Amino acid sequence: MTTTTTTAKTGIDSRANVRLAALFAFALGGTLIFLTGFAGADVLHNAAHDTRHTMSFPCH
Amino acid sequence: MLTRILWVGLLAGLISGAFVALLQTVTTTPLILKAEVYETAETPAAHDHAAQKATTGDQDATPAHHHDAEAWQPEDGLQRTTVTMIATLATTIGFALMLTAAMVAAGETVTTKTALGWGVAAFFAINLAPALGLSPELPGSLAAALEDRQVWWIATVVATMVGLYLIARVDHWAAKAAGAVLIALPHIVGAPLPPDGETAVPAELAARFVAMSLGLAAIMWLSIGASVGYVWVRLSGGQASEARA
Repeated sequence: MTTTTTTAKTGIDSRANVRLAALFAFALGGTLIFLTGFAGADVLHNAAHDTRHTMSFPCH
Repeated sequence: MLTRILWVGLLAGLISGAFVALLQTVTTTPLILKAEVYETAETPAAHDHAAQKATTGDQDATPAHHHDAEAWQPEDGLQRTTVTMIATLATTIGFALMLTAAMVAAGETVTTKTALGWGVAAFFAINLAPALGLSPELPGSLAAALEDRQVWWIATVVATMVGLYLIARVDHWAAKAAGAVLIALPHIVGAPLPPDGETAVPAELAARFVAMSLGLAAIMWLSIGASVGYVWVRLSGGQASEARA
């Protein structure tokens, strides 16, 4: 009963909001991956060096 | 909803990341350290792009490693291990956030089972497909220009993800055919290849690294999938709930 009510309510709460939340979280995750895997700054590269090789992100 | 996705990404990333970071210290890291011995022996004095260009005259070929003497670098030992673990945790948190967000955006019901399925797909798109063109590399391997490889890598990952989505979730033959073409396309175009030549890093070491790296990536995605599903269900009070609920 509770579940049904919640679903109905959040159904109205709109897909748009949910998609926006997902988009934001996706971008945040992508930023983290960019920093550990791709950013060119020497300090970031040196810190994440072994992880970049292990995860087979293109390195050097 | 946003708070829940962020919590799931953070917690699942930490759980799987701790596991992967431990495995990493006994699988791939020892091979990287071994390769660095050969790499350093290869270019003892200058060890950077400038020296490489001077000797080979080829700007794109970078068998050596670029280390700016000015930039901070972790010291070998505890500091390097700690920094590597932090980088690995940040990576798994990033991947867990993206996996959770993608499932929510697709309106998927998040359970351990479905999240594992998405994790397997992510392994194919993010690790296996790019590895077909650009093998996981040890330090000191021959490789094409970094920017070219990064562009090909990202394009391959995106094309494979979209391709898999079209095949798995759109119920029309044309979408499935387009998906197959998208997955094949980066490999038909071809990855930026390394220049001809040999390095001091033994092939046997490089081969072991490729296997270890892909194996570890597979384990990473299974643990990210499992923990995303587990944490999501736990935060929903023990019930599998529709992602959009």
